[in-house]
Amino acid sequence: MNNLELEKTANEIRKGIVTAVHSAKCGHPGGSLSAADIFTYLYFEEMNIDPKNPKMEDRDRFVLSKGHVAPGLYSTLAERGFFPKEDLKTLRHTGSYLQGHPDMKHIPGVDMSSGSLGQGVSVAVGMAAAGKFDNKDYRVYALTGDGEIEEGQIWEAAMWAGHRKLDNLVVIVDNNNLQIDGPITEVCSPYPIDKKFEAFNFHVININGNDFDELRAAFKEARQTKGQPTAIIAKTLKGRGVSYMENSVDWHGKAPNDEQYEQAMEELTKAGEALCQK
Amino acid sequence: MSEVKKVATRDSYGAALVELGQEHENLIVLDADLAAATKTGVFKKAFPERHWDCGIAEANMTGIAAGLATCGKVPFVSTFAMFAAGRAYEQVRNAIGYPHLNVKIGATHAGISVGEDGASHQCLEDIALMREIPGMVVINPADDVEARAAVKAAYEHVGPVYLRFGRLAVPVINDVPDYKFEIGKGVVLKEGKDVTIFATGLEVKETMEAEKMLAADGIDAEIINIHTIKPIDRELVIASAKKTGKVVTVEEHSIIGGLGSAVCEVLCEEAPTKVLRIGVEDRFGESGPALELLHKYELDAEGIYKKVKNFLK
Repeated sequence: MNNLELEKTANEIRKGIVTAVHSAKCGHPGGSLSAADIFTYLYFEEMNIDPKNPKMEDRDRFVLSKGHVAPGLYSTLAERGFFPKEDLKTLRHTGSYLQGHPDMKHIPGVDMSSGSLGQGVSVAVGMAAAGKFDNKDYRVYALTGDGEIEEGQIWEAAMWAGHRKLDNLVVIVDNNNLQIDGPITEVCSPYPIDKKFEAFNFHVININGNDFDELRAAFKEARQTKGQPTAIIAKTLKGRGVSYMENSVDWHGKAPNDEQYEQAMEELTKAGEALCQK
Repeated sequence: MSEVKKVATRDSYGAALVELGQEHENLIVLDADLAAATKTGVFKKAFPERHWDCGIAEANMTGIAAGLATCGKVPFVSTFAMFAAGRAYEQVRNAIGYPHLNVKIGATHAGISVGEDGASHQCLEDIALMREIPGMVVINPADDVEARAAVKAAYEHVGPVYLRFGRLAVPVINDVPDYKFEIGKGVVLKEGKDVTIFATGLEVKETMEAEKMLAADGIDAEIINIHTIKPIDRELVIASAKKTGKVVTVEEHSIIGGLGSAVCEVLCEEAPTKVLRIGVEDRFGESGPALELLHKYELDAEGIYKKVKNFLK
C-alpha cells in the first residue's frame, strides 16, 4: 500500500474506533486513535498474516500489551477482514465476542489475551524466543503505552529480550504523552524512553508514529537490525483525528455521546473525502 | 527394619522433567535463578538448549511461558511456590489462566517444611491462590513416585497445571508395582469406619503414621490421599464422609483456602459433616529445621493423632 492508501485505511479504522466506543458507551478512544496509524501499518503493510487463516502457523505475531486500546485493534482486524465491521458495534456488549480487552480465545486475529498492563511484552518475548528456537522466520510485534512502561515487568522483559538478542522482536511504544491521571511527565515520567531501551540492549528508533513514511522506514530498519531487538519510540497524538479528543486526557477512557459521535464521524468523513481528492 | 527411602519431591520434579524431555521436543523448562534448588539443574545438564534461565524475574518468566505456549511449546515454569503463585499470581491468572494456555507451573519449596529460610519463603497460601483460577489443575504429590507421575500427567493434560513440591526429603510410600496416577482421583490408602482423614502432600505420610496410633486406641480411620486438590474427587469425598460421618483434613498449608476448604465446599453442599481442618492456623511460619517446625505446628504424626483424638471426643 502507498501512503495515501494507508492514510485512507487509517481513517476508516478511526471511524470504526469511534463507532465501537460510541456503541459500547465506554472504552478507550484516545489511545486507540493515537495508535491507529501504527495498527494500520502493521496489519496492512508490515505483518505476514492471513485473515482467512488467523492461526496460520508461521504468521507474524502481534501482542497488544496496552490492551485497553482494543477498539483500535478490533477496528483494524475488521478492516483487514478478520471479522465483519458491523460487529464493532457489539463491543463490550453482553454476549459479544468483542470483549473490553483482547481475548484470544474468541476473537479471530488476536494472538494473545491482554489488558492487565505490563504483561504483553513478556508474552511477545516468549513468542520471539520460540521462533528463534524453531528457526522460524516469523516476527513478533508488541505495542505498549508510554504510561504502561511504568510497570516493572516491561523492563524485566526488555532485559531478557536484549540478553537473548531477540532480533525478531519489535516493541513499539505509543508515546502520546498522556495517561489516565495526566501527562506522563507529571504522573511518573518514564523519560528518556529511548535511552532506557538502549541501556537494555535494544536498537532504538525514534519516529513520529502518525507519519507513514517514518513508520515504513522504522520497520524496515528493524528488519535489518541483527543481534538486538528493536524498540520504536513512536511519538503520537492522543485522540488523533477527532478534534475535541486530540491531546486531551479526558478522552483516555470515555465514550462520545450521540452529538459528539456525529461530530467525530463528520470530521472523519471530511478527512476521508479530502484524502480521496489527493 | 529396612531403611525407608527418602526423596524430596523437588528432586522427583527434576528427574521427571529429564525423562519427559527425552520423549518430547516441545518441552521447555524455565527457571528464575533457582535451578539448583528447584532441581531443574538436571534438565539443564541433559538439555541445555531447552533450559532457559530467566533471571530473578518471575513475572516475566510467567509471561514468557504464556508466549511459548501460544507457539506450541509446553513450558514448565519453575521457581519457589512463594514466587510462582505469590509474586506472579496475576500473571498466572491473566496471561495463563484466562487464555487457558498449556503452561505447567512447577512450584517447589512449598509449605512450612522449607525450614530455616523462615516465613518469607514458606508459602502457605499457594493452593488457595491457584485453586481459584478457572481451569487451573492443582496437584500436591505425596512422595517421589506420585510426584514423577504427576509431572507426566501434567504434561499430558492440555491446559494449565500447578504442581506443588517440597524441599524436605520424605519417605517413599507409593512404591508399589500397580501404582497408578490419575488427575482428580483420590486414593483410599486404608478403609475405616470411625473417621475419614483426607491428607495431601507430605502430610499423607504423617497421617498414615497417625493412623497407626489411632488404631492402637481402637479408632478405625479411613485414610484418603487427595493429590489433586482441583478438580477434587467430589464423589470420593462425599461417599467417605457419608460412611464415617466425621471428617478431618490435613495439609501443609493455611487452613484457609486449601484442601480443608475444598473438602468443606463439597460437603456443605452435598453431605454436611463436621470437619476438622488441620494445617497452619491463620499465621505465618518461622525459621527452624523442617522436622522441628512440623512438630511445633502439630503437623507431624503425633500432632495429627492428638488433634484427631480430641476431635473424636
